[in-house]
Formats: sequence, C-alpha cells, structure tokens
Amino acid sequence: MAVKNKKLNLKDKYQYLTRDMAWEPTYQKMEDIYPDERFEGIKIVDWSQWEDPFRLTMDAYWKYQAEKEKKLYAIFDAFAQNNGHQNISDARYVNALKLFLSGVSPLEHAAFQGYSKVGRQFSGAGARVACQMQAIDELRHSQTQQHAMSHYNKHFNGLHDAPHMHDRVWFLSVPKSFFDDARSAGPFEFLTAISFSFEYVLTNLLFVPFMSGAAYNGDMATVTFGFSAQSDEARHMTLGLEVIKFILEQHEDNVPIVQRWIDKWFWRGFRLLSLVSMMMDYMLPNKVMSWSEAWEVYYEQNGGALFKDLERYGIRPPKYQDVANDAKHHLSHQLWTTFYQYSQATNFHTWIPEKEEMDWMSEKYPETFDKYYRPRYEYLAKEAAAGRRFYNNTLPQLCQVCQVPTLFTEMGAPTKLSHRQLVHEGERYHFCSEACCDIFKHEPEKYVQAWLPVHQIYQGNCEGADVETVVQKYYHINIGEDNFEYLGSPDHKHWMSIKGEKPADENQDAA
Amino acid sequence: MSVNALYDYKFEPKDKVENFNGMQLLYVYWPDHLMFCAPFALLVQPDMTFRALIEEILKPATASHPDSAKADFLNAEWLLNDEPFTPDADASLIAQGIDHKSMLTVTTPGLNGMANVGY
Repeated sequence: MAVKNKKLNLKDKYQYLTRDMAWEPTYQKMEDIYPDERFEGIKIVDWSQWEDPFRLTMDAYWKYQAEKEKKLYAIFDAFAQNNGHQNISDARYVNALKLFLSGVSPLEHAAFQGYSKVGRQFSGAGARVACQMQAIDELRHSQTQQHAMSHYNKHFNGLHDAPHMHDRVWFLSVPKSFFDDARSAGPFEFLTAISFSFEYVLTNLLFVPFMSGAAYNGDMATVTFGFSAQSDEARHMTLGLEVIKFILEQHEDNVPIVQRWIDKWFWRGFRLLSLVSMMMDYMLPNKVMSWSEAWEVYYEQNGGALFKDLERYGIRPPKYQDVANDAKHHLSHQLWTTFYQYSQATNFHTWIPEKEEMDWMSEKYPETFDKYYRPRYEYLAKEAAAGRRFYNNTLPQLCQVCQVPTLFTEMGAPTKLSHRQLVHEGERYHFCSEACCDIFKHEPEKYVQAWLPVHQIYQGNCEGADVETVVQKYYHINIGEDNFEYLGSPDHKHWMSIKGEKPADENQDAA
Repeated sequence: MSVNALYDYKFEPKDKVENFNGMQLLYVYWPDHLMFCAPFALLVQPDMTFRALIEEILKPATASHPDSAKADFLNAEWLLNDEPFTPDADASLIAQGIDHKSMLTVTTPGLNGMANVGY
C-alpha cells in the first residue's frame, strides 16, 4: 500500500502527539484514575471542547527552547566576562534583584511543582498537555533566573542563600504562603489562581516592572532572561484565559465557584504585588513608571476590559477591587517605610529616597506624597543625620491570611489601619483588611495552621529568642553585610570604589 | 463556611497559647503613630500587671517616637479587642480579660503623631 504522505502535516502531527496519546480506559473507571477532578464542585460536561492554547508539540518545544537557551547563556557569559555589573545605574538597583531572587524565583519553582501535579489530575488530555508544558517552562524560568543573577552574587551581598531564605524569612512567607495556598487547593482552583488571576490578570504588574526596570538600569543579564521568557509568558496567559472560559462555558453551576476564586485570588495577588510596588517606586534608581501608573494601565484599563468581556458568563469584577484601586496612591510608600524600619531583618538594604526621587514621587502622587509621605522621609533623614537611623525594635503584627504586617490603611482614611479581628473556635485571629478576613471566614481550616514568622520566633522555633540570632543563624542573613541601611554598607562602599569615588559620610554609616 | 477537601480536613491552630511556653501574645496599636508601621506583636507574661506592661514593655517599644516621653499611657483611652476598656494598673493582664492574642488600642489625647498625618 502506498503511503500518501511520508511527512505528517502540522495539524495531524499535533493531533497524534498530544490528544491521541490519551486513550479511553476499559477496565478502570475514569473517576478512579482522576480522583481529584470532582471534589471542588466544578462540572465538566465535555472535555473535547477544550481548545489547546499552546498548539505546540513536544519535539517543537524542545527545539525552540534549546535555541533560546543557547542565545541566553551566550549573553550571560558575555555579561560576566565584561563585568556587566559595573555598568548598572547604581548599586541600589541590585537590591531589587535580591528581592526577586528570594521572593519570585522560588515561586517559579513552586509553579513547576504545581503544574506538574495538576498535569496529572485532569481527565482531559488537552489540559494535561498544557499543564505539563507550562511545568517545564516554570522550571526553566526558575533556573535561568538564578543563572542570570548569579554573577551579581560574586560582587554584592544578600544573594547567597535565596531558597533557604524563602522558606524562613518573615516577609518571604508572603510569596511562599501565596503559592502554598494555591498548590494545596484542587486543580481547578489552582488554575484559576495561578493561570488566570496571576498569569493573566496580574502578571504584567510583576514582569514589566522587573524586566523594564532591568533595561532602564543597565542590567543586560536580567533583560535577556526577560526576552527569553516572554514567549513562554504569552503562552501562559493564553492558557489562563482558556481555562476560565472553558470552565464557565461547561456548566452554569461553575459560575459562583469561579467568582469566589477570582475574588480570593485577585486579592491575594494584589497583596503579594505590594512588594513589587515598593520595588518600582523605590528600588529602581532609574524609574520606569510609578506603581500608580502601572496599576491604572495593567489593572484598571486592561483588567477592566477583561471583566467586561467576562460579563456575559455572569462574572463580575473582583470584590474589593475598589480598595485596591484606591490603594494605588499609598501602597508603595507604606511598604517602603515598613521595610525601612525592619531593615535589620532583610536580605537587602533600604534607604531614604534622594531629593530628585522625592520630587518624582510628588509629581506621580500629587494627592498623597507631599501630604502623607514626604514628611516621614524628612523626619527619618533628620534622625539618620543625627546618628539615630530609625529601626523598629519590636516585631509587627502579621495578617493571618496574606502574612504581610497589618500596615495597610482604610480606603479614604490613609492614617487609620484597616485591621480586622475575629474569634474562631475559641482562638483570636487578626487581619490586614476586610478582604483577608473574608478569605479566612470561607476556609478557616486552611489558615488556622498558618506558619506566621513572628509567632514562630516567639514560640522558640527559629533557633533563638532575639532578632540577631534569628537573622544570622536561622535566616542566614549576614549581619552588617546583607542587612541594614544602604548608605555606608559594604555594597555601597564597594560600588563607590568601582566608580572611583570616596565612601559616604561616616555619620550615615549603617548601625 | 468550611474548606472543600478530599478528606476530613482538620488541623490544630498553630498559635494556641500552650505553644508559647507559659507566655502569651499581645498586640498593641497606638493610632496616629504610623512611624510604627503596624501594631506591636509582644510576648508577655499573663500574670504581669498592667503597670509593668506599660513600664517594662510599651515604653521601651515606643521610645523612639517623640510623643512617647509625653504620653501618659496609664491614663490614656484604651480599647480591648475593639471594646472600651478601663485598665486596672495593678491587676494582672489575664485577670482583666487581656487573654492570648488580644489587641489593645491606646489613644493618647493631644498626641497625634507628627506632620498632622498621624506619623
């Protein structure tokens, strides 16, 4: 018999190498093979309606990714050989990388684990393939980010033990608990949380600031990573949108379940991104755009259009988005002054913004910066100049859900904390906001077991009772090198010597 | 509401008082003094007096704020878990209902922080 086509066309090849790899079981029941698919209450009537968002076969995937890797590592090598770290805008910029490496790169690894897991849990072959490919992407991102930033570890402090810190340091429990919450949910909630709410709705608020920030500040290694990940991210966003539309089209009973997940994960993502807000406004010496502008473009405009589009499924915009929209005028300033006062316990440095930076903030935040925040920095600068650089010597109350200190203020009342509390089964719990309190009320069993860093220190589980021991021994933060004020730090002195300048005024030395 | 899970999903709260070796947690919020970004999380002895809490713990915690030296905390306005509260300086915390993970809010009339924005 004559073979019609020796070579498969793309469509056939795609069909054979993805969905045709699956089969209908005959001696086992589908629900026994995929036991996690139903307990969340999501009803899937017909998996064949799933539109594969990637349109990519494994052989093409390897080839394409290998080409990208080759280019990427050639640039990393060139960056290292040419001492690329000397060409960045200012050494303060490296602190953004410290935050990224300990806060974000471990999340890429957590995403790899999460997608590997749900890539086994769907009975639809199309969804399984999509999740498996994203799992490999996430693993690659975690690795290439570490390689992109490893050169900086040879020249600057605070980058030496990121995965260890991610599991232990007080503020890194914010990103860690975010992903733990998603990964311990069912497969449909995981995809709604990570693929839709994070990758589709909010990812531009993470990715654009870091990658454009790298470009604006001369960090070619990180920029190149960004380009290498961009096409992957585009696929992830497509998956996010496909997931949500597929679930909503399958059954009307899915709508209220998905709506609650969107409410929850929008808010959890927003709280997580508060770390990015301060990175954008404060940690980039050359600024790309303000947090407030980024929020307007990437959430209020793009997100607004998206939720308009989802209206026909009966989905409304996330609950509490009005609080998040109002917070754009305050968020970065409230976060930075918090990290400023707890710099004794961070793997990066903090500082008072320079005069030009404060003027930029006055311009970007005309209604709030001069009134609420500039006076704080003027006071802190005066104290530092008098040799009393401010550190808060107590530990802060943390939110039971998002694990950020309860530092946020009420909508429309920016000097009043939006603290909430309740009693559940005889125990008291405290929250940063009505929204986090709502999340707790819906699934208290999940959050009563939260590993809150401050409480763990007080229980004696962190190798010591005083901050110094915890920071050095338990966190692996090298005291006097990684932490405290930037001015006068070893990083600062090192940068001055690279630039052929004298170290700063001794009065402004780190404590 | 309750979590939706594949099995009977029940775990012990991580921060029960018995995990604190005889001590308890106490949060103190001093409104209009946002130089301290969040309420303090303090580890205290349940049988310490309110006076000792002020002298030995709250005053050192707030000392770096210019209003601290002027504050008369014992005669200030207090809330305990959002309810009006009149502290008894010589009674123990636990005897006056300040139990594990309670939050005290103290307002000091006339002392409203710096720059007219509660800093």
